[in-house]
Amino acid sequence: MNVLEIRDLGVDYLSGTGAVHAVSGVSLDLRRGEILGLAGESGSGKSTLANAVARLLRPPASITSGSVVYRRQDGSAVDVLGLGRNDLRAFRWKELAVVFQSAMNSLNPVITVGAQIDDVLRIHAPRMSRAERTERSVELLQRVGISADRRRSYPHELSGGMRQRAAIAIALALNPEIIIMDEPTTALDVVVQRDILAEIKALREEYGFAVVFITHDLSLLMEISDRIAIMYAGRVVETGTAKALHRTPRHPYTLGLLRSFPRLRGAREELLGIPGTPPDLRSPPPGCAFHPRCAMAFDACSRTLPVLTSEADGEVACLLNDGRGVS
Amino acid sequence: MNILEGRDLTKHFTAARGPRGRFGKRPPVRAVEDVSIALRAGAVTALVGESGCGKSTVARLLAQVYPPTSGEVLLRGEPVRAHRGAAFREYRRQVQLIFQDPFASLNPFHRVRYHLARPLRLHGHARTDAEEREQVAELLERVSLTPVEQFMDKMPHELSGGQRQRVAIARALAVRPVALIADEPVSMLDVSIRLGVLRLLEGLARENDLALLYITHDIASARYFAEDITVMYAGRLIESGPSEELTQSPRHPYTRLLLESAPDPDRVAAPEGRRHGEPPSLIDPPGGCRFHPRCPVALPVCSTEVPGRTELGEGHWTHCWQAEATLAR
Ligand SMILES: Nc1ncnc2c1ncn2[C@@H]1O[C@H](COP(=O)(O)OP(=O)(O)OP(=O)(O)O)[C@@H](O)[C@H]1O
Ligand SMILES: Nc1ncnc2c1ncn2[C@@H]1O[C@H](COP(=O)(O)OP(=O)(O)OP(=O)(O)O)[C@@H](O)[C@H]1O
Ligand SMILES: [Mg+2]
Ligand SMILES: [Mg+2]
Repeated sequence: MNVLEIRDLGVDYLSGTGAVHAVSGVSLDLRRGEILGLAGESGSGKSTLANAVARLLRPPASITSGSVVYRRQDGSAVDVLGLGRNDLRAFRWKELAVVFQSAMNSLNPVITVGAQIDDVLRIHAPRMSRAERTERSVELLQRVGISADRRRSYPHELSGGMRQRAAIAIALALNPEIIIMDEPTTALDVVVQRDILAEIKALREEYGFAVVFITHDLSLLMEISDRIAIMYAGRVVETGTAKALHRTPRHPYTLGLLRSFPRLRGAREELLGIPGTPPDLRSPPPGCAFHPRCAMAFDACSRTLPVLTSEADGEVACLLNDGRGVS
Repeated sequence: MNILEGRDLTKHFTAARGPRGRFGKRPPVRAVEDVSIALRAGAVTALVGESGCGKSTVARLLAQVYPPTSGEVLLRGEPVRAHRGAAFREYRRQVQLIFQDPFASLNPFHRVRYHLARPLRLHGHARTDAEEREQVAELLERVSLTPVEQFMDKMPHELSGGQRQRVAIARALAVRPVALIADEPVSMLDVSIRLGVLRLLEGLARENDLALLYITHDIASARYFAEDITVMYAGRLIESGPSEELTQSPRHPYTRLLLESAPDPDRVAAPEGRRHGEPPSLIDPPGGCRFHPRCPVALPVCSTEVPGRTELGEGHWTHCWQAEATLAR
């Protein structure tokens, strides 16, 4: 069922003033064909986790612990962190593709979008003929809502929304099993964003890839995700279906996030928000890293690190109620 | 009372680059057209719209960063034109701007104390070191950066995004303005931190009788923090009214689209997937109502004539031929 299994992953950024523990002890499964939302405050380690899985980390980042296993449809397993250079080239695009927040980071500014898809196909699918590649480029662009005549446009000639669509088209080029999207719509308008989210869902139905969708906008994740994982200070503190998280959040941090959003409909209930600021990841607070900001914290929270525990429809890492979190 | 008002503001930018038109002249960007907006003392007014619709241009016109192509800005009912020199400084003493990016708006080489002391000295509010210290502390207190002794001597890079934005707000307040224009003040901040900054702004407006313009593309936050919301599309105002009325009974099809598109975890079913197209070019904007090419209920007249203002009562109005037609019936 799982297409990706992350176990006890740790990533540090080494710096003069001490190591930043950006990702600590993260274990997370991605199921085949699901949209997994990854949410958390700025600096909670979302991008670092995504880049570790995609093998895109550069110094001063270093993986300190753990493993990432990719499972092919035929059941064979790939040790992602152990891939050599050649295998990695095949792994990326064919098995896993990434779409970044700024499409400008995904696209090459001096090459037309059509040529960029063509490049990916030429390098990774050498058996395709030129005509086949052109046909596929047109098909992909059309599939994401860009007309064929836009194939010869340079990225700067497209609007932000169209660039993001083009980046998605390129990610789709080799039919990957996993697409990681790091804030793919954050820079866009709500209307354009809405259209692109609908597009991602439709494409997922059609091609069956799994998506890791990263954003700090929890209300957006609730709409698009099958399951959601919440990160705080480099750790996963809660996972669950979007429905369960919305109805019965178990971690006080998730609860705080949910109560930070102004609502468009219904009574204008008081927004509670989360007091304080995220911790310094060079020396995170002992015990549960959230305890200094948590209204429900008790003695043990500053001493004992809560472990992620399975519940009916998700997991939570919180000492409240014998490890079951807010009930 | 209207503290700050823009009347029929229009701004056309001459493009510095890009293709030349038929007569070798570059066509202007029609960024803002006939915008009228009024800010009242002690009240928060929101200006909402998609990226590129002209919100920041309206903010800059009101702040006298540049002159309008036509139309006028009024401060306490008096027309002002104060784009440079002493007149501009005097205007800045009364009308302040806060920007989106808390990282760019502070000088990285100066401590928090310097950022607040400078406007205090410049505008003559603090004359001695003791006065300066006292007022800097008071400002930090007002924006909840406590303990103040600790924050006074911090450098910008030692502050989080939310804390930096609080410093920027404190700096604007140091001048003791009567109007504050906040251009997407929380867009770059975390959701959990946004709330605190917005609450702070709201409280400051109430307590100090400040007229506050809150510019945002997040209509849900406008519902919570502003008394009135004005919606802009492609350079023109299309609807305005009391926040609750506007968000619960929108009349313009674009306001409806904006509300439908906003992420909402409480929504029962996701809105249908349909391509809505993108906002128009402002170099060659559509004739008539600028929204007509994307409008699901456009009438023939919508592509030829700009709709006038239709009053819907209680301060709610819209520019839409459909609303006009419904009302006439
Ligand atoms: N190159 C780097 N050197 C040192 N520290 C880094 C580096 N990149 C990231 N960090 C730190 O690692 C932590 C996690 O960063 P990361 O970018 O993964 O967070 P994020 O959750 O993606 O945040 P955002 O929502 O702002 O994108 C942060 O504390 C950040 O300051
Ligand atoms: N100095 C300028 N010269 C030329 N065009 C400009 C200038 N300033 C703004 N524009 C154009 O005017 C239009 C409105 O821009 P403005 O920055 O006011 O939009 P906005 O609503 O604030 O957008 P955003 O939500 O992205 O901040 C845009 O098309 C922009 O490209
Ligand atoms: Mg990130
Ligand atoms: Mg702007």
